[in-house]
Amino acid sequence: MKLVKAIIKPFKLEEVKEALADIGIEGMTVTEVKGFGRQKGHTEIYRGSEYTVDFLPKVMIEVVVDDADADKTTEAIVKAAKTGKIGDGKVFIIPVETAIRIRTDESGPEAL
Amino acid sequence: MKIKKTLLALLLGSSAFLLAGSLGAQELPVEKAAEVVEAATDAISFEDGYAAFMKTPGAAFFTISNLWLLISAALVFIMHLGFATVESGLGQAKNTVNILFKNVFIICMGLLTYALWGFNAMYPGEFNGFFAAGSWFDVEASLDLMTSEYADYTWYTDFIFQGMFAATAATIVSGAVAERVKLSSFMIFATLLVAFAYPITGSWQWGGGWLAKLGFYDFAGSSLVHAFGGFAALACVMVLGPRSGKYINGQIRPILGHSMPLATIGVFLLFLGWFGFNGGSVLNADPFLVSLVFVTTALAAAAGGLGAMFTSWIFLKKPDLSMSLNGILAGLVGITAGADSIMPFWAIVTGLIAGVLVVFSIIFFDKIKIDDPVGAISVHGVCGIFGTLAVALFSDAAGFGIQLIGTLAVGAFAFIFSIVVFGLLKVVMGVRVSPEEESEGLDIGEHGQEAYPDFGGTSHAR
Repeated sequence: MKLVKAIIKPFKLEEVKEALADIGIEGMTVTEVKGFGRQKGHTEIYRGSEYTVDFLPKVMIEVVVDDADADKTTEAIVKAAKTGKIGDGKVFIIPVETAIRIRTDESGPEAL
Repeated sequence: MKIKKTLLALLLGSSAFLLAGSLGAQELPVEKAAEVVEAATDAISFEDGYAAFMKTPGAAFFTISNLWLLISAALVFIMHLGFATVESGLGQAKNTVNILFKNVFIICMGLLTYALWGFNAMYPGEFNGFFAAGSWFDVEASLDLMTSEYADYTWYTDFIFQGMFAATAATIVSGAVAERVKLSSFMIFATLLVAFAYPITGSWQWGGGWLAKLGFYDFAGSSLVHAFGGFAALACVMVLGPRSGKYINGQIRPILGHSMPLATIGVFLLFLGWFGFNGGSVLNADPFLVSLVFVTTALAAAAGGLGAMFTSWIFLKKPDLSMSLNGILAGLVGITAGADSIMPFWAIVTGLIAGVLVVFSIIFFDKIKIDDPVGAISVHGVCGIFGTLAVALFSDAAGFGIQLIGTLAVGAFAFIFSIVVFGLLKVVMGVRVSPEEESEGLDIGEHGQEAYPDFGGTSHAR
């Protein structure tokens, strides 16, 4: 099994969710996160004083899939989240040892 | 009636303010007997005289005026909700409970100290023109206090309307010192300010003191309430110092308010309440004057809002919401001294100047490291002075010289009183929370509570 962890622009969440649903992904975890890559931060103004926002709001999607589905999951996310501009985010693929469904005690790929 | 009063007096008996005779329950029969004798010797009883007055043609105007002042008192009360929301909105989430707590304290303390001391100290009748002693406000109901012999409203209406005003002075300070002031020190300071200092400067003008005799004009309190509060705030911020992290290596690091919706709601509530603050200050229901005051108040607020909007847009590159909110308040403070004497066109000019002025004032105080999270010093202090001068500039109610002397005298008294009292508190018990408490937030440090326990990753609640 693989954990596909994607950090994307928040407004792309809906499109990515639909793209994943289209290829049969049945569950995911979404977290609001903040961070920066090459995009760096930007400046804002509050009551006349400029300040730099280093950590920009992003959304992190975590999906655990069977090894065979990892590539098409990643492709679906990349395709749906792409704007072509700096700050689109990153996808990480990480091996997962096992998974357990708490309700039924099933483990391994059946638990997904 | 008498028994009720005695019970109330017993409840308040522990207070040092109540020195008027012993209040033992065993004396009740004697007092009652005295009252019966008194009533018998009076030509007309209050009840009969009052009933007769209410049948006179003048009773209708008296009743409507009295009602209008009571509605105005309720509107001024709403301003405390406005202050509470503006201050908490422009503060950080971690200090919300503390800011709200101070606002809850101020209205409760303000009303009670005004009853125990302030009202009679501010309106003492004959006095030396500078200082008068206060006392418990309550009176025996009599025709010369509860009918048009007194004014177009009753003594009680007078008290409650002015009482609602009194507490606003301390609320102005509360916003400026927010997010780092030690709660207990602030509570002591606010009590002394509202109970003793506010009635002194108030009596100079509204109590018929030396400023009134010199022809000073301050309709609803640009100086007596707003400049007073603003300069008290300036003194306290100077004693207290800026919030940690605000000024680093000569640079300003803005500390963001946590809720612009709360701040906006607060300004709209203050705008609403101001119709009572200024409208009630007509002191009767005169149709011409009350409607004029509503118009000048609203136009000045609108012009102040637009003035600050476009000033911030042009000079700060962005249309700044919190500056626009300050601009509305600046316009309101600006028109307060002349709401009944400055005509509508000049009310717009007054508001517009105040709205532009407040933006530059906020930037100026930030530059000289006077850290005022809500802009209270600029809104109330600077625009309070400007509004007082606007009476001389845009109406013929008073001359420029006396307006300048009056507003500076009130501002200076508030500043000196505050710097002495708050300075003494700093030496005796400290006025600032520890740096650790400041970074963790005053909600946990001072109250052991959170404003939003179910939100965010740092929540301590389950």
